[in-house]
Amino acid sequence: MKVLVPVKRVVDANVKVRIKPDGSGIDLTNVKMAVNPFCEIAIEEAVRLQEAGVATEVIAVSVGGSNCQEQLRTCLALGADRAILVQTETEAQPLAVAKILKAVYDREQPGIVIFGKQSIDGDNGQTGQMFAALTGLPQGTFASNLSVTDGKAEVVREVDGGLQTVMLSLPAVVTTDLRLNEPRYASLPNIMKARRKPLDVTTPEELGVDAAPRFEFLSVEPPPGRSAGIKVESVEELVDKLRNEAKVIE
Amino acid sequence: MSVLVVAEHDNSVLRPVTLNVLAAAGEIGGDVDVLVAGSDCEDVARSAAAVGGVSRVLCADAPAYAHQLAENMAPLIVEVGTDYEHILAAHTTTGKNFLPRVAALFDVAMISDIIGVDSPDTFKRPIYAGNGIATVRSNDAKKVVSVRGTGFDPVPDGGGSASVEAAGSEHDAGISDFVRDELAKSERPELTAARVVISGGRGMQSGDNFKLLEGVADKLGAAVGASRAAVDAGFVPNDMQVGQTGKIVAPELYVAVGISGAIQHLAGMKDSKVIVAINKDEEAPIFQVADYGLVADLFTAVPELDDAL
Repeated sequence: MKVLVPVKRVVDANVKVRIKPDGSGIDLTNVKMAVNPFCEIAIEEAVRLQEAGVATEVIAVSVGGSNCQEQLRTCLALGADRAILVQTETEAQPLAVAKILKAVYDREQPGIVIFGKQSIDGDNGQTGQMFAALTGLPQGTFASNLSVTDGKAEVVREVDGGLQTVMLSLPAVVTTDLRLNEPRYASLPNIMKARRKPLDVTTPEELGVDAAPRFEFLSVEPPPGRSAGIKVESVEELVDKLRNEAKVIE
Repeated sequence: MSVLVVAEHDNSVLRPVTLNVLAAAGEIGGDVDVLVAGSDCEDVARSAAAVGGVSRVLCADAPAYAHQLAENMAPLIVEVGTDYEHILAAHTTTGKNFLPRVAALFDVAMISDIIGVDSPDTFKRPIYAGNGIATVRSNDAKKVVSVRGTGFDPVPDGGGSASVEAAGSEHDAGISDFVRDELAKSERPELTAARVVISGGRGMQSGDNFKLLEGVADKLGAAVGASRAAVDAGFVPNDMQVGQTGKIVAPELYVAVGISGAIQHLAGMKDSKVIVAINKDEEAPIFQVADYGLVADLFTAVPELDDAL
């Protein structure tokens, strides 16, 4: 069984992003980029499925500019067997990405597709579910555990009230939550090996997909500022301030 | 113009976040209908009908909707929602699960996690863990939108007398099954609806030490939350996580104990009215957003706080 893992190139999670002064977006010049953390968890899960003998091949796929090859190479170093870049210089929104991935899915016929639950840039959290809709597959979102047996996937989901377990027929879509696994680091030999693994490049046009944006960003502004208040010296002073100044406790 | 709001519920109780979503629907304008999809959920439908401003309640009551599996919910909402210009649900793990599936079936974009309505097609939403607030315009005829509860003050519960009608057929996709829920049981208020939240971080050192916070929480009528670090370390379960990828809270009072204040955590709580930070590291970033900071060892400060209340 093949496992397909879509990954996104995003700003590194530790970078404090800056908004462009003209409010047209986020300033990404010379900013460190990385594999979206949730996508890294997805790669790790796929590689573990392969190590457990459940998966036969792990394919990483990304949609974006040519520089996404860096992140695909990272995925290859982490254990993916081959990679596909669907290259487009226009902003690919979740619905467009889902359509592109459906075209890749139709060609590759994987048994499981593992997504990150959201990307830490757009924070949309849509692509996996949209892909599941377009392919008609079941979905196990926000997964904290995945086990695959007898043509079924049992997924434990992190939900607002606690945990929910669902059983999905294969092929299925899984989206990862933080505690599904702890991704490994790529070793130097594996980074070297990754350079020789296959990385195919195609385009939305070649796949016959209309990837036009459906919504537009009119502006991006900083959130309402919040400045540091005061330091109190003791618990007594804190309680006094909360009672008599902020008036939030009785 | 009309708006369909998909109710958040557990088959017996209408969850309060639905009232926040109804507030967003009210800002969009036009008739507002509510879809209650569940199993034996007529109490929920009645509660929804009693909310002021609701025109009609559409009730899809069938076993296939008992657990609101996305595979079954999506075709139902497509069937019921065809004639609506806007379809809204809460940006909770339930809404986040089925709503993108609905949008894709309609072949329209989804606008996630809105915190403001500029016009019927233009919305404000946080991006990059809340470090930017984007104004986004949807160019699709139909708008599928998830709503951040804390972004809108709830509409009053009551004063309405909407009709309740059965709607939609039973869609059982037959590709997914509910197995079980393991839901946290707590006498305390729910995190996202609590007036006061007290959260612990890595500095708590163990799950047992969260009992210190529970004592304070009981006195303040507070919910207890946690940072990702505390959840990852296994101190407390995932449903307590506050942050970019956990729960978003905006209580009157947020008390952060032993939490350093990573941007991902701040994204989940910085809209709180008053923020208190207790941390022994005076350089911790949490102090940059705290109204009242106390540099102290939490293991002495929290018991003192408990005594002082």
